[in-house]
Amino acid sequence: MSAPAHANGSPRAIPGAGASSFWGKLLEHRTALWRAASIGLFFLVWEIAGRIPISFAFPTFLETARAFLTMLFDGSFVAAYAETLQPLVIGIAISAVLGVGLGVLMGLSRFAEWLVAPVFIVLQAAPMAALIPLITFVYGIGLVSKTLAVIMLALPVIALNGYKAVRHVNPSLVDMCRSFQGTWWQRILKIILPDASPIIFAGLRLGLAAGFIGVILAELLITPTGIGDLITYHRSVADYPEMYAAVVSIILVSTLTLSALEAFEVRVLRPEKKKG
Amino acid sequence: MRNITAAASAAATTPSPEAAVEVRGICKMYADMEALRSIDLDFPAGKLTTLLGPSGCGKTTLLKIIAGLIPATSGEVRVNGVPVTGPGPERAFVFQDFALMPWATVMRNVAFGLELKGVGKDERQAIAHKYIAEVGLSGFENKYPHELSGGMRQRVGLARAFAVNADVLLLDEPFSAVDEQNRRKFQEDLLRLVELEKKTFIFVTHSIEEAVYCSDRIVILSRRPGRVAQIIEPEIDRTASPDAIRRDQGYLDTVEEIWQGLKRYVD
Repeated sequence: MSAPAHANGSPRAIPGAGASSFWGKLLEHRTALWRAASIGLFFLVWEIAGRIPISFAFPTFLETARAFLTMLFDGSFVAAYAETLQPLVIGIAISAVLGVGLGVLMGLSRFAEWLVAPVFIVLQAAPMAALIPLITFVYGIGLVSKTLAVIMLALPVIALNGYKAVRHVNPSLVDMCRSFQGTWWQRILKIILPDASPIIFAGLRLGLAAGFIGVILAELLITPTGIGDLITYHRSVADYPEMYAAVVSIILVSTLTLSALEAFEVRVLRPEKKKG
Repeated sequence: MRNITAAASAAATTPSPEAAVEVRGICKMYADMEALRSIDLDFPAGKLTTLLGPSGCGKTTLLKIIAGLIPATSGEVRVNGVPVTGPGPERAFVFQDFALMPWATVMRNVAFGLELKGVGKDERQAIAHKYIAEVGLSGFENKYPHELSGGMRQRVGLARAFAVNADVLLLDEPFSAVDEQNRRKFQEDLLRLVELEKKTFIFVTHSIEEAVYCSDRIVILSRRPGRVAQIIEPEIDRTASPDAIRRDQGYLDTVEEIWQGLKRYVD
């Protein structure tokens, strides 16, 4: 630092402040930048791999993006999702209500734990894809079978997470509620559920992801409908960019749904995480 | 300093003001481990009594039995003459780990005891507001616990206990998770609040200095199974400044005497 700079008063404050605000801004958006860079890098590698090409059935990123936009605007995605989302939404709704309810019950009562937990532990370990043909024997190839496939994949993880969440509630908070003469319902609604909500929601997110797997498995294994039909059809006529676009679309929908669920949790149940 | 030996402290002979809390023949067994053996104690109304003892002597267990959070194996606790069967509105508990709801603001945490009782939102917030100010947390009403220091969190726990207007405040090692400097400031504030609130305080601690500094009466429990080993009433002039008290000869002598008594329990 030279002498004239010192004569100006604060020698490093002004350039320092400018630089720090630039770095500050960069730091603020650093995670977003890294995420964008990571996705960009993935697309680049995809494009290069498609151009080599590693397989004649492997389209480039740009071809896939073009097919994606075409299918988005010609209405084939809208029609496909209208069908795919039915068993998914019904199945997830049933799994969420039943799973959280049973999970909380298992967490609260040793008897319920003893009665219900082993079923879910076995179900969670079982390879569900192998059970799907069994469902079609019993329930045919309609909406019921597909909904059941979603429930079978989503319910165990939701129920088991709810159960673990309630078991790990801070005992001191429960004591606190008791010492201020909280009723049984107040204890559950005001202490146990909010304190358990991070793990319950982790279960719901895993359940939702499993539900997406369930519905796609059902659409590929039972009868091709909706997005499963798009994938199967475009594969059979060798429209690989369209097939990949359909796959990308389901990944996109599932990611966006999971993020929405997370945002909902923070907004409604854990407001303190918004600030931190 | 007055030293009331265990033998002479038989409840009836204690020349104290009327007892807010009476403990009669309390025993506690955990499976085959004996935690407390026939405890007889009176806690005088409007005073701060400390339960002091080596770790594992059952002092927190005794406090939780008085709170009605855990049942005694035998014996009885009476608060204002009424036997304890569970938690009640005349007692409020301050927890060692603060027990604050991380998802609730300081305001909601302090008002939580009133919320559970069904007090309307405006009324309970007004009451909470008063006690938040009293413990020195004005301006932090809308902060969340993770934004506060340990000392401030325990002030929230204390304000919550004051807000339900209980006669007896039970404090379970309230300063053990607070750093030393904050603890000293907090102890001084606590003495001011004892003076202001005119409530009965029962205070569990393992710090001899803290016990002597804060208490009107110190109950020393022996090592497991916990029994009343000694009762001491430090006679310290509390009108003096906090720093003068900490240099007072009576204060230092009492600390030394308790240490001599407790030393044999420390391995």
